[in-house]
Amino acid sequence: MTEPHAETAAETVSETVSEDNDESGPGPAEEAPPAPAEPVAAPPTRRPLVKRHHWIVRAAHWANAALLVGMIASGLQIYQAFPHFGLRGGPYYLNYWDGKYFPNWARLGGWLAGGLNWHFALAWPFVLTGLVYLIYLLASGEWRSLLFRPRDVPRAWQMQLYYLRLRKEHPPQGKHNALQKAAYTFIFVLGSLSVLTGFAVYKPVQLSWLTALFGGYELARYWHFWAVWIFVAFTLVHVALVFLVDPASLRAMITGWYRGRFPSHD
Amino acid sequence: MTDHPFSRRDLLRLGLTAGAASLAGACGWQGGPLQPFLRGASHLNDLVGEGLTSYGLAPQYPASARTAEKDFPGYSRSHPVPPVDPAWALEVGGLVRTPMRLTVEMLKALPRVTYTVKHHCVEGWSAIGTWTGAPLSSVFSLVAPTAEAKFLRFDTFDSGYFNGWDLKSALHPQTILAYAFNDRDLTQKHGAPLRLYSPIKLGYKLTKYLTKMTFTAERAGGYWEDRGYPWLGGV
Repeated sequence: MTEPHAETAAETVSETVSEDNDESGPGPAEEAPPAPAEPVAAPPTRRPLVKRHHWIVRAAHWANAALLVGMIASGLQIYQAFPHFGLRGGPYYLNYWDGKYFPNWARLGGWLAGGLNWHFALAWPFVLTGLVYLIYLLASGEWRSLLFRPRDVPRAWQMQLYYLRLRKEHPPQGKHNALQKAAYTFIFVLGSLSVLTGFAVYKPVQLSWLTALFGGYELARYWHFWAVWIFVAFTLVHVALVFLVDPASLRAMITGWYRGRFPSHD
Repeated sequence: MTDHPFSRRDLLRLGLTAGAASLAGACGWQGGPLQPFLRGASHLNDLVGEGLTSYGLAPQYPASARTAEKDFPGYSRSHPVPPVDPAWALEVGGLVRTPMRLTVEMLKALPRVTYTVKHHCVEGWSAIGTWTGAPLSSVFSLVAPTAEAKFLRFDTFDSGYFNGWDLKSALHPQTILAYAFNDRDLTQKHGAPLRLYSPIKLGYKLTKYLTKMTFTAERAGGYWEDRGYPWLGGV
């Protein structure tokens, strides 16, 4: 429980931090020259608590996590009815799971109709969550700290060098580093592609232009399935990095408040 | 800062949903008490599908694109399907001015529609075939449905299999009473002597082994639809 007065204090700190922390590196208020005639300040024993994520972002994040679990589990149930990709009779597209069923624990719906109904019922909240998130980012200007832009390419390269231990210091960053921007931009695109390929498979005749865009019904279904594995891989890396690089970010995504190594504003 | 109470309540709700979803995933659960909600969502999708969709013509393919006949499945409820009654004719009735019994010969005398299209099964498979028959709209003009007629019900001699249809889909120019498949008379596998066909519907809506076509005021369900499949089944 954060007391109201504690929040006010934290807000004040947050403002200070955001001011002198612009592009200045991972640590808050790091390397600031000591004011003359003052004794050298001891390193802070406790980092300041700052507001990192708006409640809309947090709600969208966790709603999305739950919805993705349901969408994927019901999707694997649907897959079971025809575990191939390509016109009936083949040849079928390359697929490690061709002809295979997924274990019961990974499926939702019990049978094809159950899986379909779950999938179609969760699809609208999934789309809605994405739209709410997008509108919030645009309205608040938060998209600036998330969108990967051409100027982020060299920064992402430096970040990669740092992770490969070919560069010693952590490159300066804002709320997110360039690799994070790439990841968060990519995952939004992936979510959009899942929705679009989903519609292409759902209404291949009425939306035949969309289905044609993905190479036809069979390929749209194939890409829709591929998106699942990219989502799963993303989630594994995402969760691993939370614990390996910035455990404080977990609290920030739950309560909104962050006491960690990185700046919370660009 | 007033957003904390909101966020906590939201997170609690989300946590519960996430927990329920993963638990459900863990048991291959069909929905239990949530099933009415799922059916409701499915019905909502039907309404959106019925109301907002434009029914353009389905893309056509060259005959060379046909799926090999051995690879084109034909499902039925009964095994084997009972033999066709020698006195077979399609009974068209219900809310119509002129009820009729139509033989295949009479249907062959009506305008003929033929197309090579993709068949979409709810299971996820697809196959290409050529279908020939009389447009359902031409049967409409023969029997003259009354103003109260809002839906259609198709019955069969296949163990009680039936389907309900909306009239908008039934009047689509590619919705036909098909008597031929890949240039030959319909075989038993594909619903002989007569089946409903349309490239704008999933396969389970394309009733085989027809006996009756009834205009109704109420929405008729369907064999699979009553067991949970989407009622509209439009693609």
